[in-house]
Amino acid sequence: MTVPVLLFASLRSKHGDCVPVELPANATVGALKSVLRSQGIWVDGARVAVNRAFATDEHTIEQRDEVAVIPPVSGG
Amino acid sequence: MIRLQPEPIDPELIRRSLEGTDAGGVVLFCGEVRAITGEVRTERVVYTAYEPMALAEMERLANEAAERWNARVALVHRLGELRPGDIAVVTAAACAHRAEAFEACRFLIERLKADVPIWKQEFGPDGSVIREGERTVEVENAGEVGG
Repeated sequence: MTVPVLLFASLRSKHGDCVPVELPANATVGALKSVLRSQGIWVDGARVAVNRAFATDEHTIEQRDEVAVIPPVSGG
Repeated sequence: MIRLQPEPIDPELIRRSLEGTDAGGVVLFCGEVRAITGEVRTERVVYTAYEPMALAEMERLANEAAERWNARVALVHRLGELRPGDIAVVTAAACAHRAEAFEACRFLIERLKADVPIWKQEFGPDGSVIREGERTVEVENAGEVGG
């Protein structure tokens, strides 16, 4: 399945708003992270959000999920 | 009141949103844009957010604080371009007594700074950096990173 992954902060400035990522069916967040790291689309301390909430590495990604990489935040 | 807004923040409006006869202590924290960090001068900053998740996360923090300290709370963060001295964020808590109000307000700002997906891009005389937690990332093209 191809999952669009939303990007923010420095990742957005380097790779754009959103990248399509090819994943096997029932892939986990952990697997997604490995793919993103191998493509250089990752920064230290980033977390993955699924459907607008932080997700653990074990979380399974569904085709229609809203997936995002959240670099360390700097609001406030 | 939980909001992300491009307009200037009026702390008095937020205080008034928490008014009630049950609260003996209302604490507001205002986070403002600093002109100097170490030796780096900031002329303007641009805040962007993953807005739907930022609001959802602010809602979760507000609910947690409301429950833990029996508080009425508000969280407002500004987005877009700000200048030094502008208010970037207000967290506020109204509780029966001041101790809980201070604790709840502190909790809200600390957790907001750790978990709410908002980012600051700083512009100074030497160019622009994006802040990611404690680190800064140079921006190669001088433009703004959209939200």
